[in-house]
Amino acid sequence: MSTADEVDLSHGGSRREHRVDSLVRWVFFICALLTILTTVGIILVLVQGAVTFFLDVSIIEYFTSIDWAPLDADPSFGIWPLIWGTLVITVGSALIAVPIGTLTAIYLSEYASDQTRSVLKPLLEILAGIPTIVYGFFALSFITPQIQRVFPDTGTFNALAGAIVVGIMIIPMVSSLSEDAMHAVPDDLRQAAYGLGATRFDVSTNVVVPAALSGIVAAYILAISRAIGETMAVTLAAGMRPQITTNPLEPIQTMTAYMVQVGTGDLSVGSIGYQSLFAVGLTLFAMTLAMNLVSLWIKGRYREVYR
Amino acid sequence: MSLVDAVTDRFATDLRAESTREPPADPDTIIEARDLSVYYGETLAIDSVSMRIPERQVTAIIGPSGCGKSTFLRSINRMNDLVQGARVEGELHFKGKNVYDEDVDPVALRRLIGMVFQRPNPFPKSIYDNVAYGLRIQDKDDNLDERVEQALRQAALWDEVNDQLDKNGLDLSGGQQQRLCIARAIATDPEVILMDEPASALDPVATAQIEDLIDDLARDYTVIIVTHNMQQAARISDKTAVFLTGGELVEFGDTSQIFSDPENERVEAYITGRFG
Repeated sequence: MSTADEVDLSHGGSRREHRVDSLVRWVFFICALLTILTTVGIILVLVQGAVTFFLDVSIIEYFTSIDWAPLDADPSFGIWPLIWGTLVITVGSALIAVPIGTLTAIYLSEYASDQTRSVLKPLLEILAGIPTIVYGFFALSFITPQIQRVFPDTGTFNALAGAIVVGIMIIPMVSSLSEDAMHAVPDDLRQAAYGLGATRFDVSTNVVVPAALSGIVAAYILAISRAIGETMAVTLAAGMRPQITTNPLEPIQTMTAYMVQVGTGDLSVGSIGYQSLFAVGLTLFAMTLAMNLVSLWIKGRYREVYR
Repeated sequence: MSLVDAVTDRFATDLRAESTREPPADPDTIIEARDLSVYYGETLAIDSVSMRIPERQVTAIIGPSGCGKSTFLRSINRMNDLVQGARVEGELHFKGKNVYDEDVDPVALRRLIGMVFQRPNPFPKSIYDNVAYGLRIQDKDDNLDERVEQALRQAALWDEVNDQLDKNGLDLSGGQQQRLCIARAIATDPEVILMDEPASALDPVATAQIEDLIDDLARDYTVIIVTHNMQQAARISDKTAVFLTGGELVEFGDTSQIFSDPENERVEAYITGRFG
């Protein structure tokens, strides 16, 4: 075959289009890079600050002492009271958000008509858009007074109000993400079950939820890591007293609340108290990162349940 | 006894009582449509269809795409209830009872009328749990192992899967998945099996297996099968109903007569390939 007959496949589009194409590719790449660099920068700052802190305070004390009193004349840096406070809020809020959020998701996905869903889902997502400080005021001015009516000894700041308000705050996250996972379950499976004489409840509980389980669990974990990192609402609702107590009507302090206290206080930059900010921040980051990794693992592990 | 079972039981007795009280004109009729129309919103999907479907035979429903044949099939076990905006006029009698009467629970109805779908749709569960699913939700879970085995045998799948019952149903081939769905549908021992183009997603070998199976099933069950494949209808069915565009039932009769000597010109044109 002569070259004259050959099809010309060397140029698709003008030279200008090619230039734009490669330019756009760089713009996208730089945007992606920026995000990664920011993350790396944050981690570096945290690690550096934490290392400075651990030069002064023994890491063994940090992880074994159960006394957190960084501002005392004889300061003590045992992280456990703060981890305890964080766990109380996290577990308490999960106890509220997981059942309510899951049932809401089942209702939206399996029971509600398209019309109802199209009204309810955006409404729920508005809940997620309320500033967290507003939730904090809500806890102080509404939830705590209600608790005090039942338990008059309850203080202004208490762990229960914090857990409840964070629970309410993460319900939309649980319900919205779980609903997405349930909605993605192929309709074929529902039809199969209905065709066998399954009730709506049967279809929801033993077809849709198992098939969407990986997405539902991932939603739980994301919501829980949100609860771990939640700051303003818990600072306002649960108080600032680092202590390990099983009484939910007592004030506690979470890691985030401590960081607010120090960050807005008058500790001089460079003091041990100030440096502790980084150690606590790093601990917090490690916890949420672990949760996110678990979420990714679960998603990958169970992703191909249906295909 | 759960509420659903109570309803199922009551409905089942009702049906029996009804069928002795008011025998259908043809003693063999199990399903009878009377001026049945189905709308999706404003769209008329099937247009006042009347037909009598005989018991323990294979009835094929054929017609071009969009003629309403699947809609008709789904109106028998009220699967159309699940479609928002679907509306039914007229009556559909199952053993003498109008299934669109207010006192009928579609859940109870579907427990007596099984269904097999176009695309094999096993649950992402084990083979065993797939077959056992209907038995469990219907509380027929005594002798579960035995019932599962029997259903798989009837569906001609037992020999291929008896040593791997805990394998995921989705790991089977397409043809095996469809036979698994048939086993799942017959495990609860329904009276009627509806099949919506059950072989259209399968290769010729798997299709032949399904066709053989339908032949066997007709000994114990009433089979109503929608197909776009006229040769298939001719091979496997005793009666054939021809729906044509507009959701109209144009002709219904013995398969041999429909394919050799149809009365309606449009049907003849459709069958000989000149139309549709």
